[in-house]
Amino acid sequence: MKRSVIDILDLTPAELEALIATALDIIDHPDQYARRCAGKKLATLFFEPSTRTRLSFEAAMYELGGSVLSVTDAASSSASKGESVSDTAKVVSCYADIIAMRHPKEGAALVAAQAASIPVINAGDGGHCHPTQTLADLLTIRREKGAFSGLTIGLCGDLKFGRTVHSLINAMARYPDNRFVLISPEELKLPSYVKKDVLAERGIPYVQTTSLEEAMPELDVLYMTRVQRERFFNEEDYLRLKDSYILDAAKLRTAKSDLCVMHPLPRVNEIAVDVDDDPRACYFKQVLNGKYMRMALILKLLEL
Amino acid sequence: MNIDAIQNGIVIDHITAGRGMRIYELLGLDALDVSVALIKNAVSHQTGGKKDIIKIDSDMSVNFDVLGFVDPGVTVNIIRDGQLVEKRRIDMPERLTNVIRCKNPRCITSTERAIDHVFKLTDRKNKVYRCVYCETKA
Repeated sequence: MKRSVIDILDLTPAELEALIATALDIIDHPDQYARRCAGKKLATLFFEPSTRTRLSFEAAMYELGGSVLSVTDAASSSASKGESVSDTAKVVSCYADIIAMRHPKEGAALVAAQAASIPVINAGDGGHCHPTQTLADLLTIRREKGAFSGLTIGLCGDLKFGRTVHSLINAMARYPDNRFVLISPEELKLPSYVKKDVLAERGIPYVQTTSLEEAMPELDVLYMTRVQRERFFNEEDYLRLKDSYILDAAKLRTAKSDLCVMHPLPRVNEIAVDVDDDPRACYFKQVLNGKYMRMALILKLLEL
Repeated sequence: MNIDAIQNGIVIDHITAGRGMRIYELLGLDALDVSVALIKNAVSHQTGGKKDIIKIDSDMSVNFDVLGFVDPGVTVNIIRDGQLVEKRRIDMPERLTNVIRCKNPRCITSTERAIDHVFKLTDRKNKVYRCVYCETKA
C-alpha cells in the first residue's frame, strides 16, 4: 500500500528506528545501496526555492542509483498556468515513482499525497511541517548522543514560527526522560498550544528563559535557529534581540564537552564561524545525516 | 407561543439559546421551500431555562455534523405521520467536511480548487477542531 510522509508523526517510533538503522547501514556499506533504486525516478517538485533540500533529495536518489526529474520553480511549471496541486500530483505520478515536494502553502503536500498514486514526501509545506529536516536532526542526535532519552535539549531563537523546532519537540517528546530548555526572546516564545498539547500533556519538564548563557552549562543538545527580522514589529527590537543569540566560541566555554550544537541551516549570524571548528559543532554533519535519512526514507516508501 | 405540530419532518430540540440561527444558516434552511420554524428562547421544560428549537416540515436529511459542531447535545426528533419515530442525541463529530472553511490564508485550501475543507476533532474536552491540512484551529 502506498505510504506518504507529510508530518514526522506519520512515522511511528519503531519506523523511525528502522529508518535510522537503514541510514547507519548506508553509512557503513554505501556500495550495497548504490544500485538499490536503479530504474526508479524521484520527482522533486519545488514550488518555492530551497536549494539545499532539493540537492539533498537529489543526491540521495543518485546515491541509490536512481534518477531524478526536477521542477525547480513554479514559474517553469504548470502551476504558473493555474494547475492545481492535485492535478500536478496526478500528472507527475505518470512519470515518476516517488515525489518530494516543497510548496509555500501549508497542507499542500497532504493534498498531493491524496491525489498521487505514488508516495509523496513533504519537503516543506510553508511554515507547517518539514519532516525530513527532523529526520536529519534525529539521526544527528542519535549519532552524537547515542540515544533519544535522558537529554536536556536547548532550543534557541525563533521558537514561535520555527517549524523545525515544533517538529523536533513533537518527535523527542515521544521518548522518556527528556527535558527542554526553551531559549527565546519574549516575542518569539514557543506557542502555548505546543507547550500545552505536547509538553504539559505528557508531563515533560521544560523551562523558558531568555538567556542562552544561563542555559548553556546544562545542555546536552543546543538547537539554534535563525531569528527572523521580518517577524519583528520594530527594527530596534530585532537588532537588540538577534545579538543575544549569536553563539560564539566564548559562549561555548561554559558548555559541556560533549554538547551537540545543531542548526537546520541556513545560518546568518546566529552561529559565529569560530564555532565551526569546534568538535561540538554538528550542523554540517546534520546536512550529511539529512541525505542518509532521505535515502532511507526513499527506500522505505518505495518498499525496496 | 404555539407552532403547529408537524406531520412528517424534523424537530431539532434543546439547542442552546442563541445558537439556533447559526444552525439555521449552516443547514441552509433559508433555501428550503417548506415550512420552517425557528423558535428562540423557548422555555425548556427539562431545565426551566431557555433553549432554541427548529422545526422543519419536510422529510429532508439533516447534516448531523453541523449540529454536533455548533451545539453538541442537541436532540433530533424524526416525525412520521405525526408520531415520534426516532430521537437522537447529537455528539461532536470526529471530522467535519465542508461545514466550515479554513481561515488561514497560508493554507492550501485558500488556493486549491475543488478541495474539501476538512477539520478533525483534536481536543474533545475543549471542543477544538483543526484543519487537516494546516492544523489551524477552527
